[in-house]
Amino acid sequence: MGAVTKPDTAMFDCREAYVRTVEEMAATDERIVAVVNDSVGSSKLGKFRDRFPHRLINVGIAEQNMVGVGAGLANGGKVPFVSGASCFLTARAMEQIKADCAYSRANVKLCGISSGVAYGELGATHHSIEDVAWLRAIDGMTVIVPSDPWETEQAIRAATAHEGPVYIRLSRMPVPALERSNPHFEIGKSEILHEGGDVAIIANGTMVHRAIKAAKALASEGVGARVINMATVSPIDTAMLADAAKTGAIVTVEEGLKQGGLGGAVAEFCAENAPVPMRVLGFPGFVPTGSASWLMDEFGLNAAGIATAARELLGKRA
Amino acid sequence: MICIMPEPDGRSTATIEQRAEHVRERANWMRRRFLRMIVDAGQGHPGGDLSATDILATLYFDVLRIDAANPMAPDRDRFVMSKGHCTGALYTAMAGRGLFPEEDLNSYLQPRSRLNGHPNRTYLPGVETNTGPLGHGFPVGVGIAVAGQIDEADFRTFVLTGDGELQEGSMWEAAMFAGHRGLGKLTVIVDRNRLQQGAKTEDTNGLEPLGDKWRAFGWEVVGVDGHDHAALLNAFDDACEPREKPRVIIADTCKGKGVSFMENQAGWHHGVPNPEQYAQALAELEAEMA
Repeated sequence: MGAVTKPDTAMFDCREAYVRTVEEMAATDERIVAVVNDSVGSSKLGKFRDRFPHRLINVGIAEQNMVGVGAGLANGGKVPFVSGASCFLTARAMEQIKADCAYSRANVKLCGISSGVAYGELGATHHSIEDVAWLRAIDGMTVIVPSDPWETEQAIRAATAHEGPVYIRLSRMPVPALERSNPHFEIGKSEILHEGGDVAIIANGTMVHRAIKAAKALASEGVGARVINMATVSPIDTAMLADAAKTGAIVTVEEGLKQGGLGGAVAEFCAENAPVPMRVLGFPGFVPTGSASWLMDEFGLNAAGIATAARELLGKRA
Repeated sequence: MICIMPEPDGRSTATIEQRAEHVRERANWMRRRFLRMIVDAGQGHPGGDLSATDILATLYFDVLRIDAANPMAPDRDRFVMSKGHCTGALYTAMAGRGLFPEEDLNSYLQPRSRLNGHPNRTYLPGVETNTGPLGHGFPVGVGIAVAGQIDEADFRTFVLTGDGELQEGSMWEAAMFAGHRGLGKLTVIVDRNRLQQGAKTEDTNGLEPLGDKWRAFGWEVVGVDGHDHAALLNAFDDACEPREKPRVIIADTCKGKGVSFMENQAGWHHGVPNPEQYAQALAELEAEMA
C-alpha cells in the first residue's frame, strides 16, 4: 500500500512483458500458441515465432477468421493468445468474440495491442477507445487493463490459469514500473496504490501512474486522494467500489471512451448501491489528429486534469 | 434395425449397401421425428433440416468416430454445424447416436430446454461450438483442424455449411487459410440446395462456379448427390484417405427433401405444417420405408 512511482524511473513498453511472459510459459506449457493477423511485428512475437515456429499461427489480414480459429484451437486443447491491434481485433471480430468465444465459453485469450489512442496521428479508425465498453457488455468475458510490466505479466499468467475467454488490453505507450509494497494480482481484485480518504481516483492501464502523480499533487494541498488501480473492469471489484464510495467522491480515468467503459462500470455499481458524486474522465468521442500524448493532454487525461477534476468534485461531496 | 457402426478405425465391416440402408432408415426416422418437434414447438426450419438430413445421418450413423459416453474425448472426430439453424436435423442425429436421451427431443425450443434454436455447447455435450449467426462454424472448424495438424493428431474435422452461408466473407477467409495450411484432415460439406431464406442463391448473390472457387483456394472438390446415402458414404470414405489438401464435398441437395409440398420451396425455410400437411408429410415418409 502507499506506493508511488519510482523517481526518475525508466519507462517500459508492456508488449515486452507480454511476449516475454508468453514465451516463458510456452517453454513449459505445450498448449500455448499465438495467433496473429499479420501482426508478428507489432505484437513483438518475432522471437516467439523463432522459438516455436509451429505454434505461431498467422492467419493474415483476416480478423474474423483469426478469432474463429482461436476458438477452434481452444476446442483442440490449445491455449491461444490471439493478438492484434485492439481496434481491429475487437471491432472487426466482435460477433466472433461474442459467439465463438464468450457464448461458447471458449478458452481464448484475446490480446489487444496498441489500444486507446496509441496510434494517435493515424486517426479514429486506428484508435481503440470503445473496446472496453463493447467487451465488458458481453457476458462471461473477463476484461483486464494492466498498468505496467509487472501487472502485464501477472495478467497473462492469471489469464492462462483462468478457464474461459479473457481480453487483455495492452498499450504501446511507455509507462513506469509501479512500486507495490504488497504485490498481489488476482482477476477481479483491485489494489490501492496511494492512500487517501477525501476522494477516490479509480484508474487503469496507462492512466494509473498519472493518477498517482495527481494524488501526490493533491496531498501537497492537504487533500487525501486514494488511487485505486482497477485493472479488471469485468468482473469489477465491487467491495473496493463500496469502500471508495465512502470517501464521498469518485473520479474515474481511462484511456478510452467516457461512455460505457471503466467509468460506466463504476457508475453502474455506485448508482444502485452507493450513490456518490462522480466525475468520469475519458475521451468524449472521435478525437482530432494528434499524437497520443497530445491527445491525453488535450482531453485532460494527465495528472493536472485528474487533480483538477478531483478538486472540483470535493465541493460536491456527499 | 440393422446396427452397423464403424470400427475404431472408422471403417465398417459391412458392405456399402448395408451401410447405406442403415443410414437411410435412420434418416427417415430423423425426418419423421423432427417434423413432430417442429409441429410441437410451433416453429423451426424444416426446409433446411430436410435438406441436411441425409448428410447428417451419414455422418452420425456411420462416419464420425465419437463415443457417446465420452463426447469430449480429445481424440474424437469433430463435427461443426456451421449452418446452425438446422437444429431439428442436428438434434435428432445426436440423440439417435446416443449423445443425449431421445425423450429430450420433446423439449425442443421449450423454456430452459437444452435444445435451443441454435446449438449450444454449454448446454449439450457433443456440440463443438455455438453457431447460429452464419459464417462462424467454418473458421472454428479450421482452428480445430490446425490444432490437430500441430499435434499430428488422428482426429478428422467435418464442417457442414449452407450454400447461402457462403456469401459471408468469413467463410472465404477460412477457406483461404485452410488451403494455405494444407489441412488434409478437414472436410467441408456444402449443403447445396440452391435456396437461401428469401430466394435462389443464384438470383441473390450467385455462388457459381462454386467448385472453381474452392479449387482456386487450394481445395480438393468432390460433387455428390446429397440424398444418395451410398454416394455420400463413398465420398466420406474417400475424404478420409491421407491427403495434403482440405476437401470440400459439394452435396447437391433439395431443400425440403422427402416432403413433396416442401421440396424446392423457399417459403419452407421457416414454417410449421398444419395438421393436414403434417399427416401428409408423415404418410409420404412412411411410404418411403414401406
